[in-house]
Amino acid sequence: MDYFLRCLKFILPAAKVTLLLTVAALALGLVLGLLLAVARIYGRPPARSFAAIYSRVVRSLPTLVVLFLVYSFVTIVFGIRGVTTAVIALTACTAAYQSEIFRGAIQSLGTGQMAAARSLGMTKSVAVRSVIIPQALRLAIPSWSNEAAIVLKDSSLASAIGTTEIFRRAQQIGAANHDYLPAFLACGLIYFCLTFLTNRVLDYVQKRYRLKL
Amino acid sequence: MAVTLAGLMAIDIVGELEFIWRILPELGKGLVTTLELTALALTAGLVLAVPTAVVRTYTRGPLNWLFTAYVEVFRGTPLLVQLFVVYYGLPEMGIVFDRFFSAWAALTLNSAAYQSEYIRGAIMSVSEGQLTAARSLGMRPLQAFRWVVLPQALRLALPAWSNEVAYMVKYVSVVYMIALPELFTRGAMIRSRTFKVWSPMISVAVIYLGVVIGITRVMDYVEKRLRIPGLESGHGGREY
Amino acid sequence: MTEPILRVENIHKAYGPTEVLRGVSVDVRPGEVVVIIGPSGTGKSTLLRCVNQLTPPDQGRVWLKDVELTDKRTDINKARERIGMVFQDFNLFTHLTALQNVMLGLTKVKRMKPTAARAKAVMELEKVGLADKADLYPAELSGGQKQRAAIARSLAMDPEVMLFDEPTSALDPELIGEVLEVMQDLAAEGMTMLVVSHEMGFAREVADRIIFLENGVIADEGPPEQFFTNPKNPRTREFLWKLTELYGNHGEKGSRRSGRRGR
Ligand SMILES: Nc1ncnc2c1ncn2[C@@H]1O[C@H](COP(=O)(O)OP(=O)(O)O)[C@@H](O)[C@H]1O
Ligand SMILES: [Mg+2]
Repeated sequence: MDYFLRCLKFILPAAKVTLLLTVAALALGLVLGLLLAVARIYGRPPARSFAAIYSRVVRSLPTLVVLFLVYSFVTIVFGIRGVTTAVIALTACTAAYQSEIFRGAIQSLGTGQMAAARSLGMTKSVAVRSVIIPQALRLAIPSWSNEAAIVLKDSSLASAIGTTEIFRRAQQIGAANHDYLPAFLACGLIYFCLTFLTNRVLDYVQKRYRLKL
Repeated sequence: MAVTLAGLMAIDIVGELEFIWRILPELGKGLVTTLELTALALTAGLVLAVPTAVVRTYTRGPLNWLFTAYVEVFRGTPLLVQLFVVYYGLPEMGIVFDRFFSAWAALTLNSAAYQSEYIRGAIMSVSEGQLTAARSLGMRPLQAFRWVVLPQALRLALPAWSNEVAYMVKYVSVVYMIALPELFTRGAMIRSRTFKVWSPMISVAVIYLGVVIGITRVMDYVEKRLRIPGLESGHGGREY
Repeated sequence: MTEPILRVENIHKAYGPTEVLRGVSVDVRPGEVVVIIGPSGTGKSTLLRCVNQLTPPDQGRVWLKDVELTDKRTDINKARERIGMVFQDFNLFTHLTALQNVMLGLTKVKRMKPTAARAKAVMELEKVGLADKADLYPAELSGGQKQRAAIARSLAMDPEVMLFDEPTSALDPELIGEVLEVMQDLAAEGMTMLVVSHEMGFAREVADRIIFLENGVIADEGPPEQFFTNPKNPRTREFLWKLTELYGNHGEKGSRRSGRRGR
């Protein structure tokens, strides 16, 4: 029990890194995902195909493959190192999944909203920004919450490219003491609390901004 | 940066292709392991998922709490942590599995938790009247469940289950962390052995792409074959 | 007078503080057709469900011949085989074709061999005029066809009594006739039937007795002649008037909702 608490104490500070990875990847992924979704639906043919292919390819790859490829790419080509590589890699993944979420949301709005906005004299891009996206974002909240939980859990994979987040810390203290079970249980407990918290927060957001169609 | 870009341009294409050709058998072996683990985890997961869903839907009290706790814990923590608890943690309690069995156990428990949620949702969306009609014919509760509710629930859960298949193929790759030589692990091993950064990983990526697209096709076909008018449901499940 | 085949005695049923049934007794003799009418939410569905114990009553007894269904020791599943039930919203098994719907009770409850079950199921579907729809799924059938298939499913079990809970109130007006026709044939063949329905034409022609249920008790009861021309209870006349006034000849449309509420 004493050792379990020591594990918790040792691992907990790294929760900052896990949260940073998660929040940063989710936020950047949100922006890119929206762009990809809009490109996919309203874009010109090249943008459309790019968005479609990107989403298809990335969603077909294990997160680890994307992590390794992106890691190699940004370190070799741009000389970027450290946590940033993990953020970029996780963003590359979640952007693809989020683009599908937003695409689904936009499509479920139907064409009526766009037609109504255009009939008021809005340009296409103004209509997208001020009519389509605000509604799509709200509709997407339940699936987006799912995705948030997935990114949180997948951030543990960043340990494979050397990011010291909570899973890595658990490995470290476990190895140092040759006693793994309490370390991974402590790590699991932290993840469980974080997932729980994330879900509660997003449930609240969903209630607050519910959109009735 | 210009130097590195130049380096990228100067790749010896023919040499790389020859290299890829030589590592293909090894990657092929890895793919077989990946598919084995996927199939075993999915089927064992389904076997566990049905009773889990039943207990959570139809019972109250301690048994329900136990199964609910199981599902919530496995859905609330990373697969990686579950894998390490099984592979590194359990031996400390005197429970020792080999690598493959540990991986299978962790993947199964993880997938069963998710699958049970799809099935539970599907059971709850079968209307009460179906059960009433079955009971009014004289069926016992278990018969009514077995012949009326369950087939409908499984059919309704199929789209989510299809997603789970593709999801598992990809997530089996986390066994890389316990050095079990499936597809991704083999790619990563070749990568560090040969110091070739791109070819092994890109080959692995292309194989995954083909496999996942293939699986999606197959599951679409299965869904079409098993189509029942009136029992369509949206997709759902863990997106891949 | 012949012995009743179905005896319902002093049934009470409450949901929480609201007493839905407050002492209802009905005897049904072999071959008799009893039609129950009454405002929605008055406990008609509850009464039928109390008969085959889908809803066990709080008080009172039900006998099918000499088997007491309300007795805890009775094998209720065996008893339900002998009592067919037809629902307002059909409740056909969604994952099975019309034929498979009729077969399921035969193979799983009566343990018939599939070939024998199939032959019998085909026959039952023929009887309700659905032989050519045997391989269609419920979602591919019209409302009237669904209800006829549901009737065939019940009849296949060779029941001694049939319960009908507003079998036509979820149907479009033009589909009501085909279902009533099947029920009429069934009555002519001598089936014992307890029918909740507001099809007054059907009641007038087919019923041996009409029961007016209101506020959980039988407010009036009698053969159609007397019931329509000279009711004992002034409330009966009022209700009948409302039925034709509000819902035309097709009975109580508003009761669609009440049927669902009971589930
Ligand atoms: N399972 C139930 N739980 C609570 N109340 C119910 C239930 N079933 C029926 N009721 C209530 O009992 C009353 C009678 O319902 P029902 O028998 O369906 O009426 P009817 O068929 O005459 O329209 C209604 O007020 C209904 O809301
Ligand atoms: Mg009713």
